[in-house]
Amino acid sequence: MKDIFRGTLVRLSDESPEVMAKAFAKWDRDTEQHRLADSDPAQLWSEKKLKEFIEKHAENSSKSFRFSIRTLADDKLIGGVGLWLSSWTHAESWLGISIGERDYWGKGYGTDAMRLIVQYGFIELNLRRISLGLHAYNERALKSYQKVGFQLEGRMRGEGLRDGVRFDSLWMGILREEWLAAQGA
Amino acid sequence: MLDIQTQLFEAQDIRFGPIDHETHPEIESKWTHDAEFMRLLDLKPARPLSPAMVKKQYEAIEKEMDEDKNLFYFTIRAREDDSLIGKALVEWIDWTNGNGFVRLGIGTAEDRRKGYGSQALSMLLRYAFCELNLYRVTAVVPAYNEGATRLFQKFGFMEEIRRRKALNRDGEIWDLVSFGLLNAEWREQAQAKGGMR
Repeated sequence: MKDIFRGTLVRLSDESPEVMAKAFAKWDRDTEQHRLADSDPAQLWSEKKLKEFIEKHAENSSKSFRFSIRTLADDKLIGGVGLWLSSWTHAESWLGISIGERDYWGKGYGTDAMRLIVQYGFIELNLRRISLGLHAYNERALKSYQKVGFQLEGRMRGEGLRDGVRFDSLWMGILREEWLAAQGA
Repeated sequence: MLDIQTQLFEAQDIRFGPIDHETHPEIESKWTHDAEFMRLLDLKPARPLSPAMVKKQYEAIEKEMDEDKNLFYFTIRAREDDSLIGKALVEWIDWTNGNGFVRLGIGTAEDRRKGYGSQALSMLLRYAFCELNLYRVTAVVPAYNEGATRLFQKFGFMEEIRRRKALNRDGEIWDLVSFGLLNAEWREQAQAKGGMR
């Protein structure tokens, strides 16, 4: 059987809540990181509160599958990725990823983690499709998602407002059969 | 011009009202025993709900309205006797960016195709854009719900996202379509029609 937790640059892992809380507390102070990944206002939480969020989330894990991302070369914790099922009935899930360590941006680490989580969605969770959204200005993410096989499915006009500028959000999806075809299966 | 005389919750044949925890659970429970109603309105697995369960949902709705302030829920009433005929809501409001999602449903088949949905959506949009001051609203519609598709298109909503094969119902796979309407677009149409009503 495949080692579905290992890619070519990173592996999917899990951390104790205090380890992840410490990492998030550090990454959140990088507002560019936040504004690429999220549409909520950037804000700063204590490690204590972050740990509570993570623990609360873990209790409700039957519909969410979250992993930390560690590099294979030096085992450095660089980000997080996860699938959030909208419902088992429709076999569909939302995907979210962020690489908190900016030294690891644009070097293929995120794309490698994306390949792993998509594979996990299709061959472990047996999903029929995976969806995600991104800000239209996040060109690096768009390229990465396209590389992994996501198709652009639409654009919400003016969904975000930052620095007084309205911007669109993009919405993408990948179907099981598309992913299987790309694997040569 | 500031217009506070126009009633936000009154239309020609219907009006918006609050939840009535005494009489509404019984009525809405009946709607939930109609599979078509449940499957047009929601993506969750359809299931009938007892009056007690509906009552619990109403309590959860008002708790969310009170604590999170990102849900605005109205019951749709017949103007002639104030009886409950449906619901209309703005939900998942993202205040930072000025977005919200709109949803509405008419409870029984005999109350559909009478223009109640149009009147309710008209009031709901005026509420979202003139009272909540949202920048845009979104409506998410399963591709099999042709009535809702026509209704939102009639009000100038644009198809923005088509999530391919996102739904599995009756052993068939359907797209999930997302429509968007901007405050500015709505105002332009309203002015063309001669007012915000």
